[in-house]
Amino acid sequence: MTPAEPARKTEGGAPAQSKPQFQWDDPLLLDEQLDEDERMIRDTARAYCQEKLLPRVLEGNRHETHDRAMMNEMGELGLLGATVPTEYGGAGANYVSYGLIAREVERVDSAYRSAMSVQSSLVMYPILTYGTEEQRRKYLPKLAAGEWVGSFGLTEPDAGSDPGSMKTRAKKVDGGYSLSGAKMWITSSPLADVIVVWAKSDAHDGKIRGFILEKGMKGLSTPAIEGKFSLRAWPTGEVVMDEVFVPEENLLPNVEGLKGPFGCLNRARFGISWGALGAAEFCWHAARGYTLERKQFGKPLAQTQLIQKKLADMQTEITIGLQAVLRLGRLMDEGRAAPEMISLCKRNSCGKALDIARTARDMHGGNGIADEYHVIRHVMNLEAVNTYEGTHDVHALILGRAQTGLQAFS
Amino acid sequence: MKVLVPVKRVLDPYVKVRVKQDKSGVDLSNAKMAMNPFCEIAVEQAVRLKEQGVASEVVVVSAGPQQSQETLRTGLAMGADRGVLIPTDVALEPLAIAKLLKAVVDKEDPGLVLMGKQAVDGDNNQTGQMLAALLGWAQGTFISKVELQDGAAQVTREIDGGLETLQVKLPAVLTVDLRLCEPRYASLPNIMKAKKKPIDTHSPEDLGVDVTPRLQVSRVEEPPARQAGIKVESVQELVKKLHEEAKVI
Repeated sequence: MTPAEPARKTEGGAPAQSKPQFQWDDPLLLDEQLDEDERMIRDTARAYCQEKLLPRVLEGNRHETHDRAMMNEMGELGLLGATVPTEYGGAGANYVSYGLIAREVERVDSAYRSAMSVQSSLVMYPILTYGTEEQRRKYLPKLAAGEWVGSFGLTEPDAGSDPGSMKTRAKKVDGGYSLSGAKMWITSSPLADVIVVWAKSDAHDGKIRGFILEKGMKGLSTPAIEGKFSLRAWPTGEVVMDEVFVPEENLLPNVEGLKGPFGCLNRARFGISWGALGAAEFCWHAARGYTLERKQFGKPLAQTQLIQKKLADMQTEITIGLQAVLRLGRLMDEGRAAPEMISLCKRNSCGKALDIARTARDMHGGNGIADEYHVIRHVMNLEAVNTYEGTHDVHALILGRAQTGLQAFS
Repeated sequence: MKVLVPVKRVLDPYVKVRVKQDKSGVDLSNAKMAMNPFCEIAVEQAVRLKEQGVASEVVVVSAGPQQSQETLRTGLAMGADRGVLIPTDVALEPLAIAKLLKAVVDKEDPGLVLMGKQAVDGDNNQTGQMLAALLGWAQGTFISKVELQDGAAQVTREIDGGLETLQVKLPAVLTVDLRLCEPRYASLPNIMKAKKKPIDTHSPEDLGVDVTPRLQVSRVEEPPARQAGIKVESVQELVKKLHEEAKVI
């Protein structure tokens, strides 16, 4: 019951005369730093994820099953390609909103967020930015609706952190190109209708170029990778190309070199830097709830100094991390975000989230290894999230180069 | 036909309620607020009527603190066409809200008012009935089903022990219950479009309504904490306790 409050002056902000309240789950009042539509977008994403995705994830992760309809549902709500202009089927939202969506999706599962990120940042973004008007009109609306699933092929079995050493080749043939090679660890590839593949093109002095491949092209196969212990709730696969003919009009004309895939990855890494913190928040809240309930030696575990220290560390890292990614989002929306800023946040969020998830697993005791408690799933997922799209260490090398002027990659 | 949907900004029903230290009310500082869930159901039903071609326009109206504009935006993002905001810092009582709504009805001339049966903050369940009385309109309360026909609405009401079907003449005030429909999620494109939809603002004075509270809250307290139960050793002890302590047998 909220009875009458005479002479209530402010509602959102604390009245000047009363003592400021500490809000344990939003210590620096991030909520107030968002504007009205960002909060509404966050609320839509949260409601959908908690009501429609959370109920599916336990079975999905346990049995490596997925529901393809998830993409259609996300599409219907405008969660795919949220930043893409409305004329191409996107929502025209800002990057902070995209971050908020990633946080809510990954609060449920990193695999679902990966599918959303790949579709939005690694497939729709390059088609929008590097593609022709015809390519935009053909692909973007269907990808935004989730009618088509997209994949992004950059990583190869022998080219991970060093994508410049890729072996996939595009040979010029009559009317287009012939692509041969293999891509590895490709999110959504077994389901993909559209795949943006990066290959070294003979016709372009061996430079890396982007090509849009479509399901059913001759010589193209996308086998699923079995035995993953991470991101089990959504398929990951290979993209195997054996002289796949790709017509000229499927070449992305407006970019060449590694800056093509890196431009996409920057957007996706920004989403990851929010998303990983969503998973961390889940683990923190779960650990707090569990240790408040669980009584040993006659008192709740949460009443011990060891547990409170861990909870305080989690709260602190998540709060600071969220302030960082919000600032980064504002800079992205102003067009002022340098790739190194994204490296800093991706690295920080993933490393901290993984650490928080492992600690939360520990705080759950024996129950922590049971999937019903969800925390072990986040631990396993975050191992992948800490590794993909630039490992924790590789982002350190980017930041090291940026402050010393010395590159230590090779 | 125009449909008017009053919506109220309330404390998010999923957050824990804190009582102010001086027990003068509920502490809303930094609290997450949301549209009253019954109002969401009313908006959903109104938007469905529009999608079915029965309603021509859906207008959402909210009275309360300036931030109620955010609640109106939520309604607009769900599909309402425009909003009316009545900003006031006075804590509004049901009769004051009903009078404000009557003034809006007089201006807007809707064929139907669809609203929540109650708001989850005060749980008063009075505003809809008062509004119908002030307007001299028919009312249907606690509805779980509605069908509009020529100049009338057939509504199913959830009453103690069953369902009652009524035919009410239009214009009418209908207050909705939980099972009428499931509100949709506001999609991102609709959230972005809602930014451009118009919201008119009228103060209570503009509408000629005195909203001064007539009730005074003396004290607000949290419900007493539940005591842990006890285990009895035997049936005899149970019977004895039920008889002597609980005094139920």
